Amino acid sequence: MLEITNLHVKAGGREILKGVDLRVKAGEVHSIMGPNGSGKSTLAQVLAGRETYEVTAGKVTYQGRSLLEMAPEERACEGLFMAFQYPVEIPGVGNTYFLKAALNAIRKARGLEELDAMDFLTLAKEKMTRLEVDDRLLTRSVNEGFSGGEKKRNEIFQMAVLEPTLAILDETDSGLDIDALRIVAAGVNSLRSPERAILVVTHYQRLLNYIVPDFVHVLVDGRIVKSGGKELALELEARGYAWVEAEARAAAPATA
Amino acid sequence: MTTSTNAIEALANREYQYGFVTEVEADTLPRGLNEDVIRMISAKKNEPSFMLEWRLKAYRYWAKMEQSEGEPKWANVTYPPIDYQNIIYYSAPKSKPKLNSLDEVDPEVLRTFEKLGIPLEEQKLLTGVAVDAVFDSVSVATTFKEKLAELGIIFCAFSEAVHNHPDLVQKYLGSVVPYTDNFFAALNAAVFSDGSFCYIPKGVRCPMELSTYFRINAADTGQFERTLIIADEGSTVSYLEGCTAPMRDTNQLHAAVVELIAHDDATIKYSTIQNWYPGDKEGKGGIYNFVTKRGKCLGRNSHISWTQVETGSAITWKYPSCLLQGDNSVGEFYSVALTNNYQQADTGTKMIHIGKNTRSTIVAKGISAGHGQNTYRGMVKILKGATGARNYTQCDSLLLGDKCGAHTFPYIEVKNATARMEHEASTTKIGEDQIFYCNQRGISKEDAVNLIVNGFCKKVFRELPMEFAVEAQKLLSVSLEGSVG
Ligand SMILES: Nc1ncnc2c1ncn2[C@@H]1O[C@H](COP(=O)(O)OP(=O)(O)OP(=O)(O)O)[C@@H](O)[C@H]1O
Ligand SMILES: [Mg+2]
Repeated sequence: MLEITNLHVKAGGREILKGVDLRVKAGEVHSIMGPNGSGKSTLAQVLAGRETYEVTAGKVTYQGRSLLEMAPEERACEGLFMAFQYPVEIPGVGNTYFLKAALNAIRKARGLEELDAMDFLTLAKEKMTRLEVDDRLLTRSVNEGFSGGEKKRNEIFQMAVLEPTLAILDETDSGLDIDALRIVAAGVNSLRSPERAILVVTHYQRLLNYIVPDFVHVLVDGRIVKSGGKELALELEARGYAWVEAEARAAAPATA
Repeated sequence: MTTSTNAIEALANREYQYGFVTEVEADTLPRGLNEDVIRMISAKKNEPSFMLEWRLKAYRYWAKMEQSEGEPKWANVTYPPIDYQNIIYYSAPKSKPKLNSLDEVDPEVLRTFEKLGIPLEEQKLLTGVAVDAVFDSVSVATTFKEKLAELGIIFCAFSEAVHNHPDLVQKYLGSVVPYTDNFFAALNAAVFSDGSFCYIPKGVRCPMELSTYFRINAADTGQFERTLIIADEGSTVSYLEGCTAPMRDTNQLHAAVVELIAHDDATIKYSTIQNWYPGDKEGKGGIYNFVTKRGKCLGRNSHISWTQVETGSAITWKYPSCLLQGDNSVGEFYSVALTNNYQQADTGTKMIHIGKNTRSTIVAKGISAGHGQNTYRGMVKILKGATGARNYTQCDSLLLGDKCGAHTFPYIEVKNATARMEHEASTTKIGEDQIFYCNQRGISKEDAVNLIVNGFCKKVFRELPMEFAVEAQKLLSVSLEGSVG
C-alpha cells in the first residue's frame, strides 16, 4: 500500500530525514519509535503533504500512485489520514461543521453523494458513543480550548468518521489518561482490516499492548536503523535507544 | 504547483459578477455643482420649499468647507483629490416611474434587478422581505407597500415621503445627522435625490424584513441617497440594505446618510451588505464609499443594532454610530470589513453614552488580504450623566498574506466614574498550520480559507437575518478569491 524509498527531507535548511525506506502492506500495523527530534513527525507530515518540508530525494508510492505529487487534500481524499501530534485550533468553526465539511469533501472526491446534516449527525453520534467522546465537544469550535487529551480523542473521533485506508497516528497516546488510552486503542483496532494499514508513532510500549503492531521500526537521526516485531518495542522500553544508536553507528559506513 | 493552487488562480480571475452596465435612457443633469444644480434637483423632485431651503443651507455650508479645510483628512486612507465639479449629481432612468405600478418601470431596469437577484415582482420575492429598489438617483419600485400600510407602516421612497408625509420628514430630517456634521454629510444634504423612508407606528412589530437595494448604473455620477427610519414607541423593525455597481476604470463617489430614531422601547436592527465595485486587481476604479450612519436611541429602553458586512468599494469611510440618549438604551455594532487587492477601509463606530445605564457592544472583525489596508476606528464616550454605563469592545484583525495591513484606533473618553469598560483586541495571521489541518481532512485550500474566515466572522454573521447570513458568507468567499495561493 505504502512504499517509501530513500526519502530525504529538509526543513529550515537542515536535512532531517536522511534516506528512509519503509514498506507497509494492506492489513498491517507498523509502529515507529525513536528519540525526540529523530524525525518521526517529519515523516508523518511529509506523508500527509505538508509544504514546509522539502523533499530533496526519494520516492513514495501509495496505492500505486506517486504520493509526493498529490496535494494534501487529494491524499486525504484517497484515504490517507494523519492524527496530529499537535492538533490545530480553528476558532469559530464548529467541530461538527468542520468534520461534516471534511467528510463531504472526501465523499465528493470519490463520487459519492454528500451526507445531509441529519445523516451526518447519526453517523457522528454513533462514533462518539463508541469512542466515549463528550457531547459538548461537538458543538465547540475545532480544538479550541480542548484539553490535551480531548484534542487527541477528537483526532481519533475524526478518524473514525472519515474511515481512512492509511492512518498515521503521531503520538496520539501522549497526554491520554489510562482509560482514554484504552478507548482510543479500541477505536484504532476497530479500524483494523485487511484493506487498511496503520502507522503508529509512539514513545511508549504501553500503547502497543493495546494496538499490537506487526512491525516496529526505530528511527534515529533521520534513518530507520532497526526493524523488528512487537518484541522490539519491549526491548526498547527496557534498554532505551542508546544501544540501537550504537549498533547503527557501528554498522554505518565510515564516511563521516 | 499543486492542483489546488491552480484552481484558486482560476477563481481569482473570475470577475466581479455585478459589474455589468444597463443601457437605459437617462435624465441627467450636467456635471458640476452650484446653487442652480441644487434648485434643479429640488425642482425635478417637485419638492416643498422647506426641502429646497434646507438643501441650500447645506450647500452653502459645504461650499464654505470645500474652500477651507475640505474633506476630512484624519482617515487612514489615501486617494487623489476629488474634482467635485466633474461629477454628475443627478441621473434617473427616463420613463418616469409611477411608484405603485411596476408596469411603468423601464423593463431594462426591472431586468437589471432581476439579474442582481432582486426580482421586483412581489410574487417572486423572498417571502418576508419588502424591497425598495434605488437605481442611480431614484427609487424605482417599492414592494409590499399596501400590505405594510395595513399595519400603518410607511415604507417608501424618500422623495415620496417628502410629498406624502412632509410633517414626519420635516420633524426628523437632519435630527440625527445635521448637515453640519461633516463634509460628506453636508454634500449629501445638498444633493441627495432619493433613498428609503420608513416609519413604524407605536406598538407595531414589522412583520417582514424591510430592505433597500442600491444600484449605481450611470457613469460619472455620484450616488447620494438618504435613509430615514423612525421606530415609534414599542415598535420593532429589521432593515437591510444591499448595493452593487458596474465595473468602471474611474472612481465613483457614493456619499450616503442614514438616520435612525428609536423612541421608548423601540428596536431597530439595521444590516448592511456592502458590495460596491471594489476596483480591479491593480486598484483601478471602484467606489469611494463615504457614508455617515447614525442612530439615536431617543427613548428609554430603546435599542439600535448595526450589523455590517463590508466587502466592496475601493475606499470605505464609515462609522455607524449610536447616540444613547434614553436611559437603559442599548447600542450595538457588529462589523466585518474585508479588504483585498488594493482596497482600503477605515471603519468603526461611535457609541455616545448620554443616558443612565446605557449599554453598548462593539464587535469589529477586519480581514485584510492582498495589499488591502483595514483600519478600525472606534470611539466610546461616556458622558457625565451616564451613570452605570457599560461598554464591551472586541476588535479582531485577520491577515492573509504579508502585504496587507491592519490598524486599530480605539478612543475612549470616560466622564463618569461608574462606567464599566471592557476592551479586547487581537491580530492574527491565518495559519499555514490551520490550512494544512483542513487540507489533511480533505478540505481544499480555498474552502479552508473560507472556513477559517467564516469562523472568524461568526459572532457578526449570527447577527444577520437568516436569509442574508448565507449571502454574506458567499460574498466573503467570492471577495477572497485569489487571496491564497
Ligand atoms: N520546519 C522546521 N524547521 C526547522 N527544523 C525543523 C522543522 N521541523 C522539524 N524540525 C527539526 O527536525 C527535527 C525532527 O523533528 P520531528 O518533529 O520530526 O521529531 P520527532 O521525531 O517527531 O520528535 P518528538 O518525539 O519530540 O515528537 C527536530 O530537530 C526539529 O527541530
Ligand atoms: Mg513528533
